Amino acid sequence: MTELLRIEGLTVAPLAAPGRLLVNNVSFALESGKTICVVGESGSGKSLTALSIMGLLPPALKRMQGHVNFLGQDLATLSNEQMRDIRGKRIGMIFQEPMTSLNPVLTVGYQIGESLTVHLGLSGKSLKTRISQLLEQVGIPAQRAGSYPDELSGGQRQRVMIAMSIACEPAMLIADEPTTALDVTVQAQILDLLDELKQRMNMGMLFITHDFGVVADIADNVAVMFRGEIVEMGSVRDVLEKPQHPYTQALLACVPDVEGKKPLKPIDYAWLNEGAAA
Amino acid sequence: MTDYILTARNLTKTYSQASGKFGFGNSQIRALDNVSISLVAGSTLAVVGESGSGKSTLARCLLQLQPLDSGEVRFQGRDLATLSGADLRMVRRHLQMIFQDPFASLNPRMKVDEIVGEGLLIHKLGSPEERRHKVQQMLQRVGLSAADMLKYPHEFSGGQRQRIGIARALVLEPKVVVCDEPVSALDVSIQAQILLLLKELQQEMALSYIFITHDLRVVRHIADEVVVMHRGQVVEQGSVSDIYNAPQQEYTRNLLRSIPGRKRVADLQPQA
Repeated sequence: MTELLRIEGLTVAPLAAPGRLLVNNVSFALESGKTICVVGESGSGKSLTALSIMGLLPPALKRMQGHVNFLGQDLATLSNEQMRDIRGKRIGMIFQEPMTSLNPVLTVGYQIGESLTVHLGLSGKSLKTRISQLLEQVGIPAQRAGSYPDELSGGQRQRVMIAMSIACEPAMLIADEPTTALDVTVQAQILDLLDELKQRMNMGMLFITHDFGVVADIADNVAVMFRGEIVEMGSVRDVLEKPQHPYTQALLACVPDVEGKKPLKPIDYAWLNEGAAA
Repeated sequence: MTDYILTARNLTKTYSQASGKFGFGNSQIRALDNVSISLVAGSTLAVVGESGSGKSTLARCLLQLQPLDSGEVRFQGRDLATLSGADLRMVRRHLQMIFQDPFASLNPRMKVDEIVGEGLLIHKLGSPEERRHKVQQMLQRVGLSAADMLKYPHEFSGGQRQRIGIARALVLEPKVVVCDEPVSALDVSIQAQILLLLKELQQEMALSYIFITHDLRVVRHIADEVVVMHRGQVVEQGSVSDIYNAPQQEYTRNLLRSIPGRKRVADLQPQA
């Protein structure tokens, strides 16, 4: 079990308002073959954490502090050129919207092949074979390589995104709400697929979600984020069954359960604010 | 005998779609295929299905926002399809809708009091002063303040906008409210608030809901009866407990199996 990623004291703030910490002193580590889930509401800083790992923060935001160590290398010290070698090759990324993150005027085969050409220098027949392999791997017939994104369903598009992100067999995969836009049945298939690929390729996976059901299905470890900070972190069992922090407890209390026995409790923010002030 | 407030019989709706090379071909898509549902007064009927199953088409057709190919929708004994424009508008006061996307369903150029008060204005209910008062009361009931009346939609968060949408639908004191995925664009914490608000308002105002959703966890909490749709057809319907405890159809079982969080439960049980 090797350690893939170690984040220490990551802090992100807007350039215009350096006092407003959007990500505040976030630290966690990820081992290969494991999945860590980052859970939180919108605006809690989970996507920003993922983007700053990849060095893809929008220009108006800046990493103020902290280190991102990937396989012993501090990503902050790398040049853009060196980062390009890591993005897509060593760290794969899947985004939330399969509808908007594919280029509509290029075939899916071309889009999967792009990173293979750039990072691995494949071309011609070997490129074609590899694209077919990847499509089969994610459960799409190889003939669909010539299809355009609009000819595929939402689930198939997300599978194409997965094929793209694992094309270079990355050591780590960052998945930012990859199943949020999908139907439950398709979501279950995609989660199974990711889990299987993770095991087969011994990848580490950083999985961002707001759905505790998804967390229960795929996570080994969980980090709960609230207003830019990690308020609780631990194994999936500990966090889901014995939540310690009041925010985690409140967040779990408002997830409807399948049995319908549990009364829904919305979060009382006033009380949380008092707790933070005290 | 059960008191049905809204019944729909044999609804059929077909869309035609360009297909084939360059879209020269033409194919028919059956969005609603002989769908019949009945809503018991004061209860919640959930319509569940995946995208493309026809559940949103059903919502729009029930309110006659879209013409049906065939079938009848009876509200308090009257067939909506046969009503003229003016009569239909009168009836629509009692049939309201809450939409999915709280960002797209509010006019960005109108202030909140105009948005919520528009229905009252159209139906010529009360004097301007009474209308203002009513709008204010309704906004306060859904958890907004009187000061919010003069704001524009972009000044609110997603959950607050959904509250505005609810106020707009309920200010007319409708009898039936069709909720088309009202919480699927919201965070779980906000989702719980809105679900509870809808439940409270249902009891206070004796509302009947048709609740369209793809989230089976939400259904469990809000619905009395469930209709499962697949490819334009109703594959199964029954009470919530029947559907969840003893689903008859393979498709329903598959949907229930796909609810995230189940796997871990199954893993844990043998050890427990």
